[in-house]
Amino acid sequence: MTTAPASGTADAPSATPKLKTSAMIASFADPGQKTAPAPFGHALAAAAETDPRIVGLTADLGKYTDMHVFQKAHPERFFQMGMAEQLLFGAAAGMAETGLVPFASTYSVFAARRAYDFLCLDIAEPGLNVNIVGGLPGLTTGYGPSHQATEDIAIFRGMPGLTIVDPCDSIDIEHAVPQLAAAAGPSYLRLLRGNVPTVLDEYDYTFQLGKAAILRGGADVVFVSSGLMTMRALQAAEELAVHKIDVAVVHTPTIKPFDAETVLAEIDTPRLAFTLENHTVVGGLFETVASAATRRGLGKRVVPIGLPDEFLDAGALPTLHDRYGLSRSSIVARVLSELG
Amino acid sequence: MTSTTPTTAQHAYGSGPDRGIGFEERVRRVQDAAYRIRHHVLTMGEVQGQGYVGQGLGVADILAAAYADQLRYRADDPHWEERDRFLLSIGHYAIGHYAALAEAGIVPVAELETYGSDDSRLPMSGMASYTPGMEISGGSLGHGLGVAVGMALGLRLQGRDERVFNLLSDGELDEGSTWEAAMGAHHHQLGRLLALVDVNALQADGKTETVLRTEPLLDKWTAFGWFAQRVDGNDVSALLRAYDEAEVHSELTGRPSVILCDTRIGRGVPLLENREKAHFMRIEESEWQLCRDELTAGHEGANR
Ligand SMILES: Cc1ncc(C[n+]2csc(CCOP(=O)(O)OP(=O)(O)O)c2C)c(N)n1
Ligand SMILES: [Mg+2]
Repeated sequence: MTTAPASGTADAPSATPKLKTSAMIASFADPGQKTAPAPFGHALAAAAETDPRIVGLTADLGKYTDMHVFQKAHPERFFQMGMAEQLLFGAAAGMAETGLVPFASTYSVFAARRAYDFLCLDIAEPGLNVNIVGGLPGLTTGYGPSHQATEDIAIFRGMPGLTIVDPCDSIDIEHAVPQLAAAAGPSYLRLLRGNVPTVLDEYDYTFQLGKAAILRGGADVVFVSSGLMTMRALQAAEELAVHKIDVAVVHTPTIKPFDAETVLAEIDTPRLAFTLENHTVVGGLFETVASAATRRGLGKRVVPIGLPDEFLDAGALPTLHDRYGLSRSSIVARVLSELG
Repeated sequence: MTSTTPTTAQHAYGSGPDRGIGFEERVRRVQDAAYRIRHHVLTMGEVQGQGYVGQGLGVADILAAAYADQLRYRADDPHWEERDRFLLSIGHYAIGHYAALAEAGIVPVAELETYGSDDSRLPMSGMASYTPGMEISGGSLGHGLGVAVGMALGLRLQGRDERVFNLLSDGELDEGSTWEAAMGAHHHQLGRLLALVDVNALQADGKTETVLRTEPLLDKWTAFGWFAQRVDGNDVSALLRAYDEAEVHSELTGRPSVILCDTRIGRGVPLLENREKAHFMRIEESEWQLCRDELTAGHEGANR
């Protein structure tokens, strides 16, 4: 960002007050939306009741990744590693070597950037069942590039054997946690924390690791989405219906391994196709779909809705979701303009 | 809202320690600067209604001593080549740093009300690309000291003697990268490097001693080859003496210096000092004026 305004902003009587960045973790729930508190923490605590191998670790972010719920339920199975992410992953690997199933939480940026080498060589290469839980995935904070994990999937997709899950809502998280614990091998979960929207209970759907699902059919346009962008895709689809545009939504919460079968069957139709992701358009869902389509020999245009290949601004989350095209209204506008 | 905010300093800053005025007078100047910095912190805190107000108040004396006494800089030319470098690695402490930059005259006081708002030059997490006087973008903790090592090496190689300060937090001592940099600074004998550690005994999940014990700090830094001092970071006289002592030791090639500053979260505002310590503090709308009143009363009481 090089275009910051010069000083003197304060003496201009502000007609509309500027939105505030406020908390590190801004909520992306809409006002009045149904939410569930700390779904990850509760799901992990519940899974640990029946699976004695489960342990929880964090790097000074227990309160901020909902790990504190697990800590409270199973204090003897919780390990505070301090703000030392390399230690967090190294130690999680060590615990897994002794037969335990660690869930290790930090923010996505620190998991992907600071401690990548430790995740790669100590956890992924030996194929250990360590589950990395990354808070603030994509653009879910207004703190600027230090906290915005806009390229976490791009970084992690290249790691052999790492399962990547990008859940949409509290229900996805609730179902993903026990499945990740049960599955052999390492995983990365893009955490949504705090009061997380509950969206998918309205659809005939349950999370299945490795599977995409068609949440709604539609004759004109197909959305392929993951993470919180599935919530936005569903909202935009409803709004587009008012414009007499019939939109299908395919939710693909597992990014790797990718359910190309389901997704390509939906892409390979005359409908206008979009990918929607809370991630840079480089190396994420869009390129996952594009490479699968190319492999299959589909000469199909896919329009990416995602974050630009830039370091993003600081600011209030709603402002930034508008600015970078993730908000419901910007999705609707984008579709309308593509349809001309 | 700014009615009780005191005015800015009467004398110019940025020439380094003014030995012509006597130690007591220097202490008084720094105390006055710290008082204004604390008011600025409250001004910014109220804009968000919550946040890192406790840290900003706690670190105000350390910042005041740096900007009102120690550092060489030109307020109207933040990129002046011969400036001492002040690196904030703790991005969330930006609220304190902006307050100090306002006291220094580098950021206009009126602009503080844009703190953490859309299109502001003063984002919640400090970044060099946004704010004049910010040397680095912090926020991902554990970067500052490594960059400081490089700056000190780079300046020395080019025959320059500017000093490099890095303000870091006790939480940053959890990161291996901080200790890599500490060894690097000693190995390369970066005597013009000064690390300031705000030891407020707190981090995100709670008290430092419950998250990751870092003590004994003085022994650790000394063992790493640094000229280490530990002071009450809210005692301006003690702070200035430590800064002066570090300056005496600041040969171009020699031991790097660290001042471990034990500080009190919310310092200067008893309401906040006595509240349960929180990394991210919520303050009610009705409490802000009370905070300002307590701060003013405390400062005037001390000056009587
Ligand atoms: C590398 C890294 N890991 C984790 C975080 C998240 N985080 C932000 S502040 C903080 C606490 C760090 O301790 P300290 O700076 O001493 O906290 P304070 O005194 O402000 O409470 C943590 C863990 C971060 N910003 N950077
Ligand atoms: Mg601290």
